[in-house]
Amino acid sequence: MTTISDPPQESFRPSMLLSDTRYRSITFQVIALALLLTAIWYLGSNLAANLRAAGLNISFQFLGNPAGYDINQTLIPYTSQSTNLQAAWVGIINTLLVSFLACITATIFGVIAGVLRLSNNWLVRKLMAGYVEIFRNIPVLIWILIIYTIMTAAMPAPSAFRGDDPASSMMLGSFAFTNRGVYIPGPVMGPGSFIVVATFVASVIGVFAYRRYATKLLYDTGRLLPMLWPSVAILLVPTIVMFFILGMPIGLDYPALKGFNFQGGIQIGAPLIALWFALSIYTGAFIAENVRAGIQAVSRGQTEAAAALGLRSGRIMNLVVLPQALRVIIPPLISNYLNITKNSSLAILVGYADITATLGGITLNQTGRAIECVVLLMLFYLVISLGISMVMNVYNNATKLKER
Amino acid sequence: MAETAQMQVSDEVAIRINNMNKWYGAFHVLRDINLTVHRGERIVICGPSGSGKSTLIRCINALEEHQKGSIEVDGTLLSSDLKNIDKIRSEVGMCFQHFNLFPHLTILENCTLAPIWVRKTPKKEAEETAMHFLEKVKIPDQANKYPGQLSGGQQQRVAIARSLCMRPRIMLFDEPTSALDPEMIKEVLDTMIELAEEGMTMLCVTHEMGFARQVANRVIFMDEGQIVEQNEPEAFFNNPQSPRTQLFLSQILGH
Repeated sequence: MTTISDPPQESFRPSMLLSDTRYRSITFQVIALALLLTAIWYLGSNLAANLRAAGLNISFQFLGNPAGYDINQTLIPYTSQSTNLQAAWVGIINTLLVSFLACITATIFGVIAGVLRLSNNWLVRKLMAGYVEIFRNIPVLIWILIIYTIMTAAMPAPSAFRGDDPASSMMLGSFAFTNRGVYIPGPVMGPGSFIVVATFVASVIGVFAYRRYATKLLYDTGRLLPMLWPSVAILLVPTIVMFFILGMPIGLDYPALKGFNFQGGIQIGAPLIALWFALSIYTGAFIAENVRAGIQAVSRGQTEAAAALGLRSGRIMNLVVLPQALRVIIPPLISNYLNITKNSSLAILVGYADITATLGGITLNQTGRAIECVVLLMLFYLVISLGISMVMNVYNNATKLKER
Repeated sequence: MAETAQMQVSDEVAIRINNMNKWYGAFHVLRDINLTVHRGERIVICGPSGSGKSTLIRCINALEEHQKGSIEVDGTLLSSDLKNIDKIRSEVGMCFQHFNLFPHLTILENCTLAPIWVRKTPKKEAEETAMHFLEKVKIPDQANKYPGQLSGGQQQRVAIARSLCMRPRIMLFDEPTSALDPEMIKEVLDTMIELAEEGMTMLCVTHEMGFARQVANRVIFMDEGQIVEQNEPEAFFNNPQSPRTQLFLSQILGH
């Protein structure tokens, strides 16, 4: 702390660098910076010297060479003749896919378990406590293994679906659960399907507009419109009408057994399912605790004051408790989303081709470009994590309380 | 003052509590409470901590459940039916020791939330009402600030205004000045005195004996979940009957 009491002007002495509060912190910062720069210089020169001695150089040319390996699940065009860069893109998109899916399902699991853990029902409360304690206290790596093993060992092979009297049959004639993954019907977009999709998107916007209008009407005239049924109607009716007017342009492509495997529909590979499900239930258990903490952080007095004013419990939750709980829930939620993204690198264990498995695995091994690959890998995770963190911080600032 | 106060009390019964009992598990917190409050009456409830006085007034608007006996507010018998509870809560306003303002809403929004969502008052009208009551508690200029930006005394006055916005016929105060600095106690008490002068039916759990002398037309002393003694303030303070009351008064008035 600096005293501003008009002290006698002392002349500067070197000992003041350590004893005077005005200079002390600057002194230590200079020392820390010097140490850091020395460490970076030492490691850098060490790397350069060793690369020289081994006759190596840093080059990113390998990214343009053919990768020479196959990838089982890709969302973008890829063959073994594609470049290493293309393989890296496949990995990046696969990482983003599983992280995105797992973030959504983990949030759903977490919110449900967190709210139910505060339930008045003894059985539900204890079940949720059991879920949280079991899943967050066993490493996620083991969960991935368990689920993958169950899928590959206990599910029937595609061949079990063959013959006149097959050992297994497809659920509802359209879903096939096999040890290679799950096969589900995929949409086939005919002419005019764009209009149906556009109608649906417009309906979703329409629902928000309706709810906004209903709130505004309540504020302006005091009339409260029903919310649930009109919302459902706005959401579904125009899309269904448009679907039939245009002659059912969207059809379904059902998976069917051809040769040794299922063809058609959408295939979700066993590795993706194992990874997705394991990350979701594992991180969901952590999110459940955040949600519970957030709700409990809002003091009982808030609920009581709202109740004393005549608000019912649903409204109290929406108008009073949740807006306050969210600001407690959001920051740890950010770090859980970051954890999902980083933990998705465990994909390599079950052969899911994420960025760590492609660029950081096979490409690295085949080209020997360890430093380049690892640097790129680190950069990727850093960019993604900082991106998630930034978006969530913007949201967090928007829900923050004003104190001064 | 005491005489004008007497004149405002009507014969109409606002609250009638009959043989009410409440337990927390095995702990018998309220024992055979019998209390009739007439419209316009101002009652101060005092007693040592743990005597059940807060619990008693919290039972009146169903923040706590009672297990035996009956509570009747404005002719409505309190039951566990939601509609019934809604009706009683819309008649009864309450102020808490720790204010319990909603920190994520502005002062004005705090005051309009319940009128809009419960009374279905148009926002503009609700805001006019809110400003009217904020002027009454003398803080209209703070309307667009957040509770965290106000002093404790100001927050409690907002809490009173927030309750009044629902146009209650009965007000409950649960130690409204216990969490305040001495200089802020006065501004809150002044607001409460003004409210009393307008003829509001009030039940106050408080240790402000000056307030009790000036405003109350009945003082109730509770101990161990029972109403030990009740009387007009003059008689209560000058001539307490039970030894327990005498001891309590000597302790709180002694310093």
